[in-house]
Amino acid sequence: MTSTSQPLIRAVNLVKYFPVRLGAYGEKKAIVHAVDNVSFEIQAGETLGLVGESGCGKSTTGFTFLQLHRPTSGKCYFKDIDLTALSENELRPFRRKIQIIFQDPYSTLNPRMTIGAALAEPILAHKLATKETVTERVVTLLKDVGLSEKALNRYPHEFSGGQRQRICIARALACEPEFIVCDEPISALDVSIQAQIINLMQDLQEKYNLTYLFIAHDLSVVKHICNRVGVMYLGRMAEMGTKEQIFAEPKHPYTRALLSAVPVPNPHIEKTRKRQVLAGDVPSAIEPPSGCHFHPRCPIAVDRCKTEAPEWRQMDDGRWVACHKA
Amino acid sequence: MGEILLDVKDLKTRFRSRGSLVHAVNGVSFHVNRGETLGVVGESGCGKSVTMLSLLRLLPPAAQVESGRALFEGQDLLKMNFGQIQKVRGGKIGLIFQDPMTSFNPVLTIGDQVGESLIYHRRASKEVALKRTVELLRLVGIPDPEQRIKDYPHQFSGGMRQRAMIAMALACEPGLIIADEPTTALDVTIQAQIVELVKDLRDRLGVAIIWITHDLSLVAGLADRIMVMYAGTIVEEATVEELFDDPRHPYTLGLLSALPAFQAEKNVRRLASIPGSPPIYANRPLLAHFSCAVLSPWNVASQNYPHYSRSPLEKMPAIARPVL
Repeated sequence: MTSTSQPLIRAVNLVKYFPVRLGAYGEKKAIVHAVDNVSFEIQAGETLGLVGESGCGKSTTGFTFLQLHRPTSGKCYFKDIDLTALSENELRPFRRKIQIIFQDPYSTLNPRMTIGAALAEPILAHKLATKETVTERVVTLLKDVGLSEKALNRYPHEFSGGQRQRICIARALACEPEFIVCDEPISALDVSIQAQIINLMQDLQEKYNLTYLFIAHDLSVVKHICNRVGVMYLGRMAEMGTKEQIFAEPKHPYTRALLSAVPVPNPHIEKTRKRQVLAGDVPSAIEPPSGCHFHPRCPIAVDRCKTEAPEWRQMDDGRWVACHKA
Repeated sequence: MGEILLDVKDLKTRFRSRGSLVHAVNGVSFHVNRGETLGVVGESGCGKSVTMLSLLRLLPPAAQVESGRALFEGQDLLKMNFGQIQKVRGGKIGLIFQDPMTSFNPVLTIGDQVGESLIYHRRASKEVALKRTVELLRLVGIPDPEQRIKDYPHQFSGGMRQRAMIAMALACEPGLIIADEPTTALDVTIQAQIVELVKDLRDRLGVAIIWITHDLSLVAGLADRIMVMYAGTIVEEATVEELFDDPRHPYTLGLLSALPAFQAEKNVRRLASIPGSPPIYANRPLLAHFSCAVLSPWNVASQNYPHYSRSPLEKMPAIARPVL
């Protein structure tokens, strides 16, 4: 990257394969290439967006970085510490520094725990407060995310989706993290509620100098919230650069197709715009296409793309891209 | 515009839930012209799907159409007997549902299911139906349809299943297709494929479409007219250009301002959000409308929208524009 300071987050050649068994009796072994050689860096206070179609490995990348899945190979650095080399016990002190917000606020809260208990649990587990002082801390957290202390003794079902997502954000913040993986935190919410949550996340980032890995399939949201954007396709990174580079001047044909597929809320532009519609579906990650994974759907593919995987290289303007023709 | 195909007046649908009445659709009036695309936009629970299900009388037992009329080709859908409405469902009005994964019967082949309505409505023989099914699947862009009709739904991808669903809706050459969030479950690239396909088919076949969605951007390029629903009522109805260039109802404005893409050119850091959540129906007084008091905290004038600097609250009847 262009910056010389030490990045807070660094993933180096991250690989995650899932072994699966196919066939009626599981007689065929196969490997899902979920994440295939992905590298990225995030500076402190920065937001990196990760976009791509479903099944492209963006969530797995986030989970693998947090060691929720142990990577098949590759390294995950938080500051200077390689998380992949640590045992579960050694990891525990770092868990509080690296947190996650999940997509679905309906299934990620325990229905039998009050909000107060759910938020106090991680604080007590990490001994950041005593039983006497924890309530005070929880009330501060609730205030941070725009909820009143009345929420303390209530249960998740009493809250709407947007409010539940606020509670999930409060829980992620409970242990004063530095880095948060946001795994599609707004996809399950209504449009007007999405805007509330985006604003909240930006406010909190400023207040606590948080670093986000923001996983989303909604490109316009990513454009709004992120500093830099990585585009993934079938487990590999296709392109990564500043949001201006990616949105104004995409170099990878997949990025271009993805951007062109997004509808614009302007009927005058929409009616005249010529769209580049990608034909076909995303191929299976069990048997990804040879060479460049994108070549069967790529409008500018040449013979070389079928045999040779493009190198992940940095261009003159500082962006990274994996395409022979870029 | 052309001749009116569907004319709905003062439709009211109620749900009975634990002794209380839920007013899911609360006096909705609209029309669809022949060959026209009407976008219906609103958040979850605003009554957009229930409106359409009421028209086809596909409501769950707890729900009941209380009043209103829905003239389709001159006949009232709400007064038809079972045999008559069955002829309309899938025959004169095609339906496309949100979730292509669960809308097919997993133990029947795609060919059987797409062709079924031809056998039912047109009394076609099985051979004729299969032949027509192959044509339909080719029409919606499924490669190698002669082979694919023998496939089961699980062998199709999400996008392909949605294409098959469109073929099914088109089978009896209906005058109107109701599409209930047909692309919500799909990826954005597949969504683009489906939208292009529907546009192309509409232009070639001249079918009218009601496209239900929560995504205003999606209907910007697709619809001729848009109606915005909130809490069981239509709050604004306008041509697509009017609606995006000059939204009149504060709720429409709120929805648009909440879209990051709508704000992109203005380069604002904070999105305008609508405070609170949509109302819960059971607790809502009859005929509750979007309250202007709710909106006032986000002072529109202070957020650098020169376009909206005048207070939108001055003009806010339930439907700002007269319906034809």
